[in-house]
Amino acid sequence: MAHGNEAAGHGNHDGPPKGLVRWLTTTNHKDIGTMYLVFSLAMFLIGGLMALAIRAELFQPGLQFVNPSFFNQLTTVHALVMVFGAVMPATVGLANWMIPLQIGAADMALPRMNLFSFWLLFFAFMLLISTFFVPGGAPAAGWTLYPPLVLQTGTAFPMAIFAIHMMGASSIMGAINVIVTIVNMRAPGMTLLKMPLFSWSWLITAYLLIAVMPVFAGGVTMLLTDYYFQTSFFNAAGGGDPVLFQHVFWFFGHPEVYIMILPAFGIISEIIPTFSRKPIFGYEAMVYAIASIAFLSFIVWAHHMFTVGMPLAGQLFFTLSTMLIAVPTGVKVFNWTTTMWRGSLSFEPPMLFALAFLFLFTIGGFSGLMLAIAPADFQYHDTYFVVAHFHYVLVPGAVFGIMAAVYYWLPKWTGHMYDMTLAKWHFWLTAIFVNVLFFPQHFLGLAGMQRRIPDYPTQFTDWNMVSSIGGFGFGLSQLLFVWVIIRCVKGGQRATAGVWDWPHGLEWTVPSPAPYHTFEKAPELH
Amino acid sequence: MAQAKNAGEAGQYYFPHGSRLPFFGSMSLFVLMAGAAATLNGASIGAWVLGAGALLLCALFFFWFGEVIRENQAGMYNEQVGRSFRMGMMWFIFSEVMFFAAFFGALFYARQLSVPWLGGEGEKAVTSLLWPGFEAAWPSNGPGALSPREDGSYETIPAFGLPAVNTALLLTSGLTITIAHHAMKMGNRGVLKIFLALTFLLGFTFLGVQAHEYGEAYREHGLQLGTGIYGSTFFMLTGFHGLHVTVGAIMLVVIWLRCMKGHFTPRQHFAFEAVAWYWHFVDVVWLGLFIFVYWL
Repeated sequence: MAHGNEAAGHGNHDGPPKGLVRWLTTTNHKDIGTMYLVFSLAMFLIGGLMALAIRAELFQPGLQFVNPSFFNQLTTVHALVMVFGAVMPATVGLANWMIPLQIGAADMALPRMNLFSFWLLFFAFMLLISTFFVPGGAPAAGWTLYPPLVLQTGTAFPMAIFAIHMMGASSIMGAINVIVTIVNMRAPGMTLLKMPLFSWSWLITAYLLIAVMPVFAGGVTMLLTDYYFQTSFFNAAGGGDPVLFQHVFWFFGHPEVYIMILPAFGIISEIIPTFSRKPIFGYEAMVYAIASIAFLSFIVWAHHMFTVGMPLAGQLFFTLSTMLIAVPTGVKVFNWTTTMWRGSLSFEPPMLFALAFLFLFTIGGFSGLMLAIAPADFQYHDTYFVVAHFHYVLVPGAVFGIMAAVYYWLPKWTGHMYDMTLAKWHFWLTAIFVNVLFFPQHFLGLAGMQRRIPDYPTQFTDWNMVSSIGGFGFGLSQLLFVWVIIRCVKGGQRATAGVWDWPHGLEWTVPSPAPYHTFEKAPELH
Repeated sequence: MAQAKNAGEAGQYYFPHGSRLPFFGSMSLFVLMAGAAATLNGASIGAWVLGAGALLLCALFFFWFGEVIRENQAGMYNEQVGRSFRMGMMWFIFSEVMFFAAFFGALFYARQLSVPWLGGEGEKAVTSLLWPGFEAAWPSNGPGALSPREDGSYETIPAFGLPAVNTALLLTSGLTITIAHHAMKMGNRGVLKIFLALTFLLGFTFLGVQAHEYGEAYREHGLQLGTGIYGSTFFMLTGFHGLHVTVGAIMLVVIWLRCMKGHFTPRQHFAFEAVAWYWHFVDVVWLGLFIFVYWL
């Protein structure tokens, strides 16, 4: 590729090559971040379409649109797409864009591996989505892939397993890159305890990823060999146990939920100070809270498995350790609230999403506490209450965090301000419909409606209708999100370097849009 | 392809500007995985696709590492780049540790929980209805007595036969690579080349012994992947370990060839260190295997 060395050193702003080649070969953290974010948005819409098909089917009792087998495929792939294709890549995209800008580095530490992670993820999803078109259809045993049910999957089985291996490899490479970048590439004077909280949250997230993705890879490998090579990991006749898979899966799965939410915590910790025009309250406590949550996430996994049977001591341990997570999470919620105390608040779209996050994520946190209580969980297990709980922490939690981040940094990425009025419309529609969509599911679950069923007893009809209306409202509102982004990329009022009233952090010292190369010479910190 | 910006300029962190390899690599892995899936599904074309994927992947490694070595030899990497590589390798090894942890976890779970439960321990009495008279013991191929033999019997491999020899081989190779490393630091390249060669020879010998042991297990001991949970954990743990020894030994050959070409200096030899760490990691995993799979 033609890159001149003409203006060596600082000030050499050579641009990217044109056209498709740019995206296939770029090692620039901003380009890769953009690709991750666009990929994530596409997956969010694809996974969303699956969710709409599910909600359409559940609008009324009886079977209307899809057969039960296809319904199960939809719930399974919807979850895999949203977890591994939408939420995780979005936060990786944000990490790519923002971590070098926040710590004053010229790029990610390992740029080629960075691009490798992205394209690996892309091909992993080609493999996963293509399972819809093979005989027998996509995997249908739920995203948790419990044996023995998952061992009834047809042609799709090895494809899904290998897709998960590729996603895992992609995540591990991405996580190694984040850790190495943060530990090795910070500008002089950017000590760890001066680092912005978004970067901090990602440092800890990356550690979680490297610790648990390989365990998941091991677990699905055992599924593969049980299916094809006569091993007995999950076969009681051979001395194995299907419950072993649940342990392996949730040893990965529980840290995984923090992998999805911790970057959102970091984002909220950036946004609330900006629009309160006050530094974050209790910075160090925020750092230690994230670290504590990450530590605790390793010792709570069996709260997903209370009903499979475990000794009383186990139930007590996992109930109590789970409830302990409320302490550092409480520290964070109180610190966000206290940051706003006597601040000079304004309500631009990022702040609106951050505030909605604060309230709605907390609802999801509280329902999590209810689920943590083993005897109560016996009632809630596998009901819509669980569905409501994890959608509250994932949609108005992680997804709102991501949307807040997009509205916060979009002017920095594109150099244009977006249409504030439309963005506020997007916020209000989203915030209202997300509650219409998920809040009734609490009632349904407490009343006994099971998750993962295409049909249900008629007494659940009313709230299912409400939920479905909320679902379509929520889904359609996201078209507004896409529209706001496209318009902002195309043009709009020019953004200043600081963009917001009270910008803080290195990313606001570079021009908007951020030049292709930034901080080639380490910035001076004071 | 990738061109150095400020090439050779000391003090600048080297960022490759553009590379076709990552896309090529992802595509190769996709072909490999699609081929593997097709093979498992019994498609006749699967093996060809799998082979093509494997070839593409080998090409990827060849070109990727070739490029990195070229850049390194051209002096484009400063100390900070070296630190990035070192940290990257350490975290990669940590991820490998966690991968093995999953299989060790399965082993301990079977030994401590699932097999005793199947024998009626605890409150899970239902199992005694399914398989009355099954008595929990380790090693176990389960209450179904899964084995290639009609009577469900099998023999395990005694620890203090070939596995002990293999332990000695790997531990010695850990020693030889350390001697090679010291020789490298002292600039004594003669010793370096000899002891590095010894290291991978020991590695390949280990693999030969392991292959022989597998052959015996399959043919004579009735111990196969399908021999219940013992066979599963035995072959998956030692198999993945063997795969890692293979990769490690190939890496040793590569750095040995590089030593022959005069690469590395007493102060800068990241590739050597990375391979040495990897080799020690493989060594430690083997000790865990020897103790918990073969011996106890």
